[in-house]
Amino acid sequence: MTKPSTEAAVPRAACALRWLRARLFSSWSNALATLAILYLAWKTLPPLIEWALVRAVWAPQNASLCRQAIGHGACWAFVADKYRFILFGTFPADQHWRPGLAIAILIALYALSGLRRARRSWLISLWLTGLTAIGVLMGGGLFGLSHVENERWGGLTLTLLLATFGIGFAFPLSILLALGRRSDMPLVRWLCVAYIELIRGVPLISVLFMASVMLPLFLPAGVSVDKLLRAQLAMILFAAAYLAEVVRAGLQAIPRQQEEAAQALGHGYWQRTWYVILPQALRIAIPPLVNTFIGFFKDTSLVVIIGLFDFLTTIKVALTEPAWSGFGVEAYLFAALGYFIFCYPMSRYSQALERHGAPGRGMGALREN
Amino acid sequence: MLPRFRRFAAAEGASKGTWFSNQPNVRSVVYQASLAAAAGLAAWYLISNAVENLQARRIASGFEFLWREAGFEIGETTLLSYEAADTYLKALAVGFLNTFRVAALAIVFSTLIGLAIALARLSRNWLLAQLAACYVEVLRNVPLVVQLFFWYAVITESLPAPTEALSPFAGVFLSNRGFAFPTLTMAAPLALEYPVLTGFNFSGGALLSPEFTALLLGLSLYTAAFIAEIVRAGILAVDRGQFEAAYSQGLSQRQVMRFVVLPQALRVIVPPLSSQYLNCTKNSSLAVAIGYPDLVAIANTTINQTGQAIEGIAIIMVVYLTISLAISGFMNRYNRRVALRGSK
Repeated sequence: MTKPSTEAAVPRAACALRWLRARLFSSWSNALATLAILYLAWKTLPPLIEWALVRAVWAPQNASLCRQAIGHGACWAFVADKYRFILFGTFPADQHWRPGLAIAILIALYALSGLRRARRSWLISLWLTGLTAIGVLMGGGLFGLSHVENERWGGLTLTLLLATFGIGFAFPLSILLALGRRSDMPLVRWLCVAYIELIRGVPLISVLFMASVMLPLFLPAGVSVDKLLRAQLAMILFAAAYLAEVVRAGLQAIPRQQEEAAQALGHGYWQRTWYVILPQALRIAIPPLVNTFIGFFKDTSLVVIIGLFDFLTTIKVALTEPAWSGFGVEAYLFAALGYFIFCYPMSRYSQALERHGAPGRGMGALREN
Repeated sequence: MLPRFRRFAAAEGASKGTWFSNQPNVRSVVYQASLAAAAGLAAWYLISNAVENLQARRIASGFEFLWREAGFEIGETTLLSYEAADTYLKALAVGFLNTFRVAALAIVFSTLIGLAIALARLSRNWLLAQLAACYVEVLRNVPLVVQLFFWYAVITESLPAPTEALSPFAGVFLSNRGFAFPTLTMAAPLALEYPVLTGFNFSGGALLSPEFTALLLGLSLYTAAFIAEIVRAGILAVDRGQFEAAYSQGLSQRQVMRFVVLPQALRVIVPPLSSQYLNCTKNSSLAVAIGYPDLVAIANTTINQTGQAIEGIAIIMVVYLTISLAISGFMNRYNRRVALRGSK
């Protein structure tokens, strides 16, 4: 057993040497760049590791220790002390298992949807069941769960809910918009083009402001829609315009003959669209759709500006406590890590689809946001 | 799939003979007429609600408020002098110029950084390529607001006070009051005017506020990650044979880049690049999160003070739509110059 491995080790070492020479020291400039990078790393990494790990304060309730460590050690005690607030917002403390379970269900659903073998119709029923369960868990009022108003939903839970429900409702809407933009009926086409271009031309903030200050003016007196729902509505309307363009690109990639063949068989518009065109178009559009979703997931963080308690807002609010003020760098590094943990796998997933999934090749290569 | 198909086909067959479903022209007119009616009705309902609500709140609609006194201070008024006694219109103009200033600079910086990162990622040096790849993956998978908050915290919390400011080069100071650097004097003998510490802050030279510095830094680095990917994709899209053919003609590396690769890569790069410029401009509206007085921040203050929500948001939207159209118009013209003759 040992003999083959030692035999293999020699060429492997040679191989590694050859690789080093080719990729790091192939020319004078190349070697110089390598040395410069190594020097920079030697200068910056040790102090950084010392700050972030070695001399950092970890134990919760240690704001005073953190104050002493300012300048040479990071204050992760902030995260350790505030993690429940950052995950669950102001949800009643004894009920924290409910949003916790909701987060777990959502992550499981996303992971299952990403499995290569799992793209079947049962996934849809699984999502519907999962989302219903989450609705019951969060709102309560059923099966002996106490009722919790949505003003108390918050933290990471709210971020995930905003993103999931936002895309869930925006996607069907975006398909209608994309179909409308390609319609033969001029009025339908104009309305869809106007909507898509208007929304895509303005920043998300202005759409959020519109929902938070302008929408109440357009509702009859006495009718009020709560803040969370208004923000969710704004995000749906915003995402739909961007998704519509992705879906439209997918539709454009389907050769005309598909439509004509279906027409020749005597199928009406909706049958052609539903059974022939959309299944092919959406399959092509999956990688760019995932990319749009990543952008949308990041965009949910903008609700911090209208004061909704999402993942980022809870961190920002926790920082305003006198004990923890002044630890913004650590807090926002943690926030960045939180978003990265969700966005990076999705980004890799979309890149993997790019490489292996033949139909959508080349469409999702460039992430726009 | 097939049985369901047949059932639907049969169902349609059953409706044969009704005038409505069998005449596409009639159908189209009916659909559009009902859509127009629905849209009109919805618009009428919303507008009548708004009119009623505005009357109840005693808010006069219209843009007269623009000529009233704003009464609030603006932290940064670099390109236009402004004081609290000026009108809302002038306040909004200051906001617009602030948006313009940060967006224009961010577009320039992000293009330069993006180009450098793209070239680094394509470099033969493995370490450099990995570093650039890390940059792209980290920067574009973290929301821009988080990055802005982070840079703002770094500047205001981690940098020393002006009296102990870091000075990496002579005349350049980094402190929690922002970024001070020398400028050219406007007077006759052309010279550099250096920032000097007077009291607790710098005077002379130029001083960029922490808000502006954080916004410009965050926006440039974030947009650069996307631009890097666009440039990389553009260069990779140039056929390998083109490089080989150019080298075999005896062209130098610079000449190959300048005359063979870049002209072809630009065709692929320019369209997505222009949409990144649009994104960058729209993203500059996140300034409101860290308190830089851009157009959105000032319009927001205006809305809070006057209650003119509809007008305020209309102004924001019109201004951004105009900027968007201007950028895409400019980039389309440039694109026509670099595009293949005869292609769309």
